[in-house]
Amino acid sequence: MTAVDRRTLLKGVAATGAVAASGIALPALGRVAKVAPPDAVGLLYDASLCIGCKTCVVACREANDKKPDTKLSGGLWDMPSDLNGQTKNVIKLYKDPDSPERSYFKAQCLHCIDPACVGACMLGALQKREYGIVTYDPFFCSGCRYCQMVCPFEIPKFEWEKLAPKIVKCELCNHRLKEGKQPGCTEVCPRQAVIYGKRTDLLAEAKRRITENPKKYRGQRKGDAPKVYGETEGGGTQCLYLAHVPFEKLGLPDLSAEPVPQVAQAVQHGIYQGAVAPIALYAVLGAVVFRNRKKQEEAPPAGPGGGAGGAK
Amino acid sequence: MSAHAHLHAPVGGPLWTRPFRILVGVFAFCALFFVYRFAAGLGASTALNDGYPWGIWIAFDVVVGTALGCGGYAVALLVYILNRGTYHPLVRPALLTSALGYTMAAVAIHFDVGRPWLLLRVPIFPHHWNLDSALLEVALCVMTYIAVLWLEISPAFMEKWREGPPGFLRRTSEKAAPIVDKALPWLIALGLLLPTMHQSSLGTVMLLTGTKLHPLWSTPLLPLLFLVSCLGMGFAVVVFESALSSGVLGRQRETPMLASLAGIMVPVLAVFSVIRFVDLGLRGKLGLLGTFDLYTGMFLIETLLFLAPAFMLLSPKARNDAGNLFRAAMVMILGGAVYRLDAYIVAFRPGSRFAYFPSFAEMMVSLGVVALEVILYVVIVKHFPILSAPGAEAAVRPARA
Repeated sequence: MTAVDRRTLLKGVAATGAVAASGIALPALGRVAKVAPPDAVGLLYDASLCIGCKTCVVACREANDKKPDTKLSGGLWDMPSDLNGQTKNVIKLYKDPDSPERSYFKAQCLHCIDPACVGACMLGALQKREYGIVTYDPFFCSGCRYCQMVCPFEIPKFEWEKLAPKIVKCELCNHRLKEGKQPGCTEVCPRQAVIYGKRTDLLAEAKRRITENPKKYRGQRKGDAPKVYGETEGGGTQCLYLAHVPFEKLGLPDLSAEPVPQVAQAVQHGIYQGAVAPIALYAVLGAVVFRNRKKQEEAPPAGPGGGAGGAK
Repeated sequence: MSAHAHLHAPVGGPLWTRPFRILVGVFAFCALFFVYRFAAGLGASTALNDGYPWGIWIAFDVVVGTALGCGGYAVALLVYILNRGTYHPLVRPALLTSALGYTMAAVAIHFDVGRPWLLLRVPIFPHHWNLDSALLEVALCVMTYIAVLWLEISPAFMEKWREGPPGFLRRTSEKAAPIVDKALPWLIALGLLLPTMHQSSLGTVMLLTGTKLHPLWSTPLLPLLFLVSCLGMGFAVVVFESALSSGVLGRQRETPMLASLAGIMVPVLAVFSVIRFVDLGLRGKLGLLGTFDLYTGMFLIETLLFLAPAFMLLSPKARNDAGNLFRAAMVMILGGAVYRLDAYIVAFRPGSRFAYFPSFAEMMVSLGVVALEVILYVVIVKHFPILSAPGAEAAVRPARA
């Protein structure tokens, strides 16, 4: 290998790197994080009020036409181990082995303001629709499961047992909202541990509860100031949480205020904005190939492999 | 055109040799699992779960598989952009492995997705394209690239058919050959653009998993790292394949040419490692290497696998040693494969509730896809002018003096 070859190559690699780096750095500032629509609705779940009766789990099944999951109970009663292909809402129990600290936790889609799953979905089977609800349309779903890969809360589940599997996730009972009803879970909760409403109202209510009872509520980790989980996490979510134990214990990840898809989409758009870069690159590549081919055709075939190079 | 005919020739010889029969037997066994996957569904046939929705069918068959299919990309870059005509005899074999590798990745995708019959909707519903999705970009690019690759390699088929008995193939070849020849520069350019796009996007795909991907891997430079690694793997595959075909199919060794090719691999490998460490430093994550866990271990193994071949190929003398060259290419392929498997599976952390290790059926399906690829490769090189013709070697002197 001649030094010239390597130098050319290094130059090429360096140039690619520079282009890639600038492509990444500049638009990262440019990508505008999505904001909640003014009519955004959601849930507020206050773990300190929940008694773990699981009425909401049953109501969710009825509202969404999902059969009880009796796999763990040997066919006897509804006992989902977690969210799964037939369970869109579940109550879990957290118990600290070393202290009396315990709490229930309601798991369902948080309806991110700037959701990673929606950014991931190839044909937009997952989309943010009316009231900011993240909805699912199986007609456009190939079952690639990229949404599962990117969700920081592990919400979308897959019907692994089926031959024509779909993604299953809470859609905030949007079919019931259209009929003027509430979501199944909030309608039946006997303690109003989970309530439904406009996100702005829910956030105000959550903050009021913290102000009223600052000692009762917790933050992300032990010792952190109390917070409303979902106000800013991962760019904010429409379903909000209050808890009397640290959120990390409940399995809610420590996310910054940056939307989950922010960096990846800034990179993606940085490279592909208006298809300018690919088209420009294609033009350059085409021109270089054309020129090199011409050169080789014109050159006498004496050069090493030269004649062959152009005559493909 | 006539100059070209001397360059490539069918290998010929009997097809049903003993190794080939074994290969077909392996494929037949694996094909049982192809059926099983569709009869039993993903839940029964795979170890995939809601935490690890992607397993080896994506990480190995597609992400590693297409990188192994980058031989055509890497050589085309040399021959047509850096204008190194010397490497021209390597173009056709590299294009064939690329075409087969990418086609097999597309086959594997149909096993992996839950609703494969709906994949067809991806290209035909442009008004539903989610332009935010890196995966959509990968899907569209790969589909187009497969078509481009087969068109690029089509002159090899037409060369044979034009000399064959009169009939449909001969008539079509006579008509199509000049058209393809005219379109070739634009196809070649497309064949360079598309892998640049989707190989980098394979990195962006994992960037979207955010904090679930270990910080040693998750960086905005993922697209660049995936691009560089596919080039390194592409070059290595060409070396590997050429050495293998000379060993198994009894072709003349192309060592001088491969040696100079290996010289290019050295900076590519070095660049990859440098980018990684500089990036870690800039992101302030170098400290992570101080903790001894699975992730640090895998990161160090990757780094070793990338740097080892660079050192193995440092001197011209070492590059001209056929055995050493072959070993270095193997290490490099392994390094790239480990990097990609790590970025897609090992460094992906959905939480301790979940675990994944591929099921037997998953492994058999992956093996079956590879077996099918090798079968098709052998059949094609035996019947069509793909590999460099015996004697052509003498006419093609290496660029290095």
